[in-house]
Amino acid sequence: MSVIYRNIQEIVGPLIFLTNEHDVQYGEIVKIESEDGKTRSGQVVKMNEEVIVIEVFETTQGLSSENSKIFFTEDTFKVRISENDMFGRTFNSLGRPFNIYTKKILSTDIISDLELEIYGAPINPYSRDYPSEVIQTGISVIDGLFTLIRGQKLPIFSAQGLPHNKLAAQIVTQARVLTEESFLIIFCGIGIIEDEAINFLKAFRESGNIQNIISFINFASDPIMERLIIPRVALTTAEYFAFEKEMHVLVVLIDMTNYAEALRELSSAKEEIPSRKGYPGYLYSDLASIYERTGKLKGKKGSITQIPILTMPNDDISHPIPDTTGYITEGQLVLNRDLNNKGIYPPFEVLASISRLMKDAIGKNTTREDHADLSSQLLASYSDALEARDLLSVVGEDGLNYDQKALLDFGDDFEKKFLNQGTSENRNFNDTFSIAWEVLSNLSRNQLFRIHQEFIENYYIP
Amino acid sequence: MIKSNESSQIGYITAINGSLIIVKGIEKQVKLHDLIIVSKQNILGEIIQIYNSYAVAQCYESTNNLKLNQEVISLQEPLSMELAPGLLKSVFDGIQRPLNLFDKKLNSAFLQRGIEIPSLSRTNKWHFIPHKNDGEEVEPGDIIGSIQETPLIEHRILVPINYSGVLSFIVEEGDYTIEEEIYRLKKSGKEYSLTMLQKWPITSSRPYKERITSEEPLITGIRIIDLLFPIVKGGTVAVPGGFGTGKTVIQQSLAKWCDADIIIFVGCGERGNEIADVLKEFSNIIDPKSGRPLIERIVIIANTSNMPVSAREASIFSGVTIAEYYRDMGYDVAVLADSTSRWAESLREISGLLEEMPAEEGYPAYLPSKLSSFYERAGKVEILGNNDPKRKNLGSLTIIGSVSPPAGDFSEPVTATTKRFVQAFWALDASLAYSKHYPAINWLSSYSNYLEYVAQWWYERDIHWPEVDIDWYQCRAEINVILSRENELKNIVQLIGEENLPDDQQFVIFIGKLIRESFLIQNAFDNIDNFTNINKLLGHTKLILLLYHQGQELLTQGYLLEDIKSLEVLNDIRRISHTIPNDQFDKIEKLKNKLLKDIQSIKLMYSGRKKL
Repeated sequence: MSVIYRNIQEIVGPLIFLTNEHDVQYGEIVKIESEDGKTRSGQVVKMNEEVIVIEVFETTQGLSSENSKIFFTEDTFKVRISENDMFGRTFNSLGRPFNIYTKKILSTDIISDLELEIYGAPINPYSRDYPSEVIQTGISVIDGLFTLIRGQKLPIFSAQGLPHNKLAAQIVTQARVLTEESFLIIFCGIGIIEDEAINFLKAFRESGNIQNIISFINFASDPIMERLIIPRVALTTAEYFAFEKEMHVLVVLIDMTNYAEALRELSSAKEEIPSRKGYPGYLYSDLASIYERTGKLKGKKGSITQIPILTMPNDDISHPIPDTTGYITEGQLVLNRDLNNKGIYPPFEVLASISRLMKDAIGKNTTREDHADLSSQLLASYSDALEARDLLSVVGEDGLNYDQKALLDFGDDFEKKFLNQGTSENRNFNDTFSIAWEVLSNLSRNQLFRIHQEFIENYYIP
Repeated sequence: MIKSNESSQIGYITAINGSLIIVKGIEKQVKLHDLIIVSKQNILGEIIQIYNSYAVAQCYESTNNLKLNQEVISLQEPLSMELAPGLLKSVFDGIQRPLNLFDKKLNSAFLQRGIEIPSLSRTNKWHFIPHKNDGEEVEPGDIIGSIQETPLIEHRILVPINYSGVLSFIVEEGDYTIEEEIYRLKKSGKEYSLTMLQKWPITSSRPYKERITSEEPLITGIRIIDLLFPIVKGGTVAVPGGFGTGKTVIQQSLAKWCDADIIIFVGCGERGNEIADVLKEFSNIIDPKSGRPLIERIVIIANTSNMPVSAREASIFSGVTIAEYYRDMGYDVAVLADSTSRWAESLREISGLLEEMPAEEGYPAYLPSKLSSFYERAGKVEILGNNDPKRKNLGSLTIIGSVSPPAGDFSEPVTATTKRFVQAFWALDASLAYSKHYPAINWLSSYSNYLEYVAQWWYERDIHWPEVDIDWYQCRAEINVILSRENELKNIVQLIGEENLPDDQQFVIFIGKLIRESFLIQNAFDNIDNFTNINKLLGHTKLILLLYHQGQELLTQGYLLEDIKSLEVLNDIRRISHTIPNDQFDKIEKLKNKLLKDIQSIKLMYSGRKKL
């Protein structure tokens, strides 16, 4: 921390402008000390011969052009990571342990010499190993129809008023790998409100699984710059445990909509040219720099799996946030308001959902031989059932033939028995498959056109 | 890239903003698109604007830790591809850095900046067989010799563009690296020493003798494409679709099965796991013709979404330049670019940093001209060089670009602009994908302008069934008519129910459904269904049309629709796609006979049940 500045030229939102009098590095981290004794950090984002522009990570409130001292650290943004004392604890956006009830930083900071750069280098696509092992979430619709694979990024598209928080908590507490390898969950709350944060931690504690969970929490009231930092802090931690310590890490990011909005706010403060709905043109690349920090590497045992959860503004799946996310991730799980109103939990809109990596990972040696056929049949028949429901409202029950009536019964059963499940009900793969065959028993054998004959012989319940 | 260190010009950084830097000191000497090396960290960049007192450059790698006043060296040449044996089976990033070699050299899975590794191995020896002798006169494009680059592909060493003369020396058959001298040319008293390695700037297209109208289809093995929306070798096609509509699966199917000799797969701003998938799949899948892994005919360019955007912008031009090089050897090459929207976004990102005046949705006004400079490099051409019995003197370059319109909206600028430069359009449809109809190519909104071009080719390969005596072109037209009538009738069914339509219209709906479910739906992951050859395609199509014609006839004669619908042979027809392998055409002919027999038996057995 050699150089100290005292004069800020301008302060605009999260940006401060300094006269360039020093040989700074691009991307360098600065510490800003104001008179009230607070220390904030920031980063150099633009510089030329006259001016240095700094993005401040915490609030710029209370800064004036006279009262602050600025130190250049000659270093980039790093987070401290410890192999031993992170499990079961909660950290803030900058990776410091804190108490979410008092919002106070704990005096017992983690002890470690290990500091890692949070803007991780991109993974060489050649060095990736194609993901092909499953994670069991204990939720039938995910395990049965959209199986989560280690190394996959599978987002949940939700909307306000839908139970994505419950679902996130259920996934975090139930998820496990089927082998005996060590499994770690990193929970990253981005711009969530305090009640939610408290509920999450309560759920984690009650599950008895808290020793496998590391939480990072950024509150809705925290400065927006911290929202842009926190997923990277969480993922840097994840990369360490996955690729250095060979663990399987599941990262749950909630809510990415808050992240994207913070990005838009910063972009507009920088007076950048907006593209769709005011979001910057680089929204795709920026989100990719988060989502792509997922996967498996050749020759390493560990993996990083991501479940980003986002709320679709106005339930609109074509909004830039879900839209860009869907283009980057390997599938998506969509929640549906009508099903939720019907009392179905989790209310998955299965026909709009997909898991792209499951095809190579499921089957005889991992889940069960009939898995692929089952999921394909359930989706096809449910699609037909919805069509039959539409028809029912037009032509009445008398206008339907025997097969169509069977489809209607199947559709109801599928929603009530297969989709629907308790918020703490943990079903293993076999439970899920049994329920699947049970709801398929509504259909006759020749309606099961996507299932191989041998599996029908084995599993069909007449 | 090779650094030419002679008479370097040196400038210094005066501003940094994201991947853009402003350089002073070399603005008078550099040419537009010259490469630069920034600072001691060896970061590669390219000059993109030149002003009176400074120049603007974009960096292909992160600019973190750079400082003002650090030195910038001009390499005095534009971004060029290294062209020589060793391209096949390699994985490059957008500016041809060899990702497979990075992995080995760095011993890390993460990409670091400023690493200098030549694109192609300098130490690998290739077995060179000369085709010419001392004293022969050669011109650009002539084959000097050849190398078996992979068991699938012979790499022909061509006399570079701009070189000609009399061979004063050529090495004997033997093993050489790409930098060793293999021949010398004498012209006007000067002698030039040449190696296998050539370079070509990515933004200019390689010359050819003349352009030729292509009348040969690129057979893809995907039924809806080969029958309804064909493309030619040397054609251009766009594949737009929202997320989850299966663009990537189609691109991968094409890369696996289309009958081009060489595939250049450009993963442009897409997922890293997809590249891992391609690498794994293509190493495992065996080419049915040669018994060799498909990877041996593929060059992969991977600039995933989290890699630097400036290199993403370069990636599609890098791909097409390598493609032109193989085209010039007399091969049919296909460039698969996934996705051109991500490429357009990289343009937009850089344009935004430059604070240029945006046109639609923030895209720069030069989006159309940039896009056309990509698609216009496709085509079938007569290649340079004297006729050589060892090759065709024709080569083709097909471009298949996927487009990822935001929200699946085809009116957005990239899709709309792309449509102006391509001749075929395979529109992927989210509602088809939701109902698990794959490939989700919408038969009503897709089109191909190549129908008339390829009709003759198909006519010559017809399977000649006397019972359905029409060729590919007419088959296609009939299928099309049935599908669009089915679509109209379905609207009516929505109102009055299917039972209330007359029998002949119900039959159209029935056949339409049969076409959709048994013919258009194709499972890319099924071992038999993943590829349909032309005989099976024609047989399958004609079988459906035979049923349609015979059924119509029966209906007009007063037979019952239910009897036709309950024909036993229908179950077999529904399963053709995944039960009858391509090489068992006789089974399709047997089905035809069975169908004819079944229809005959309806006439005999149930003649009493005719409607009155």
